[in-house]
Amino acid sequence: MPTFGFNHVEFLLVAALWTLGLSAIAFIGGGILGFVIALARVSSSALVRGLAGAYVRIVQGTPLLILLFLIYFGLAIVGFNNLPAIIAAGAGLVIYSSGFLGEIWRGCIESVPKTQWEAAECLAMTRWQRMTRVILPQAARIATAPTVGFLVQIIKNTSLASVVGFVELSQAGKLINNSTFQPFIVFITVAVIYFLICYPLSAWSRGLERRLNVGRR
Amino acid sequence: MSAVVKLSNVHKSFGALKVLDGVSFEVNRGEVVAVIGQSGSGKSTALRCINALETIEQGSIEVCGHAIHSDKLDKRALRLDVGIVFQSYNLFPHLTAEQNIMLAPTCVRKLGKKEAKDLARECLARVGLAEKADHYPEQLSGGQQQRVAIARSLAMQPKVMLFDEVTSALDPQLTGEVLKVMEDLARGGMTMILVTHEMSFARKVATNVIYMRQGKVWETLPGHQLENPSTPELREFVGSEL
Repeated sequence: MPTFGFNHVEFLLVAALWTLGLSAIAFIGGGILGFVIALARVSSSALVRGLAGAYVRIVQGTPLLILLFLIYFGLAIVGFNNLPAIIAAGAGLVIYSSGFLGEIWRGCIESVPKTQWEAAECLAMTRWQRMTRVILPQAARIATAPTVGFLVQIIKNTSLASVVGFVELSQAGKLINNSTFQPFIVFITVAVIYFLICYPLSAWSRGLERRLNVGRR
Repeated sequence: MSAVVKLSNVHKSFGALKVLDGVSFEVNRGEVVAVIGQSGSGKSTALRCINALETIEQGSIEVCGHAIHSDKLDKRALRLDVGIVFQSYNLFPHLTAEQNIMLAPTCVRKLGKKEAKDLARECLARVGLAEKADHYPEQLSGGQQQRVAIARSLAMQPKVMLFDEVTSALDPQLTGEVLKVMEDLARGGMTMILVTHEMSFARKVATNVIYMRQGKVWETLPGHQLENPSTPELREFVGSEL
């Protein structure tokens, strides 16, 4: 029976790159979709607001694991048989991230004082101009810290992608453990790698929060 | 002379509270009208109705040919003619003084960057803040912020300017510098409606003073007559404020 050694660590590090890649897909895709959701949530049309609200409630009310199952097996049933794991995992994580980022950013947009809308409105700016030139730049500043904080959640949740057969960091750990039966050392190594990725981001998020709250608002 | 702003029998309630109870008054071109009264007398609401920031339930308001009470009101066209300055300044905190002023002229009036910059400099100079162009709002005192807000409004070249208790958040010294700017504007012929607690300013600068009480126009008199009111309520109010 092989013992846990350097080549295993190497295998884990390569798998960690997949974790990072999947996180990037989830964050970028979820960010784009989430931005649209956030705008829809503060739309002047009640219908658009309602639809976006329903989307957020459904996504937030469904476990990510079930979302991944639904996409992987559900899409297979309707004909997308050999869906690559990265597509299924990526799609699930994008939907998951968009639901949460959309809601985080809606909160940031709404935390810009109403008087800012009013001042821009009284300068004859259109709704779109008010949003893009006055509100969003201020909301972005408020959003930075919680957004980086949520990125950490995304990275940790990519571990669920293993259920659809995607070999990222957690799945790689499981594979090594199956052959070495040294769960303690294997999963501690996995945990340390996750920590090394996530901790700097958490620290950065806290730093941003401090700097942006104390400084100019 | 035709009225630039004309309110006729305006009614408005917030829930069960009647804030405007049949308000009528007119403001002609070049006039400075000070609206005074106790807190809750409806004066700020009246001002906000003129700019369509509040809707009215009954009566009519005409501003520079725009029918505010109409369903067909083009709010953006109205706001091109009417500028407003708020008690809390409401400058855009992420932009410098100059950028605050340039924003609307560039995106609404489609001025080029160079023209807008020149315009901003000119407006800042008018309020005595030419050297503060690159400062962010938080780097300015309350009085300076309020002067930038006035300059921002001026840059859109409105036909009427509304001032909603613009000095209420300022200490006496800073109040003085803001009032000075407003006095210059008045002398320059700007049509102005101001809600204010500055009695001496109203007496000195206002063409007419409107005293509001319980949502009604209680008394109207020329600014220089402010010491000789005809109603006992205004006499008491002026006495308490001076």
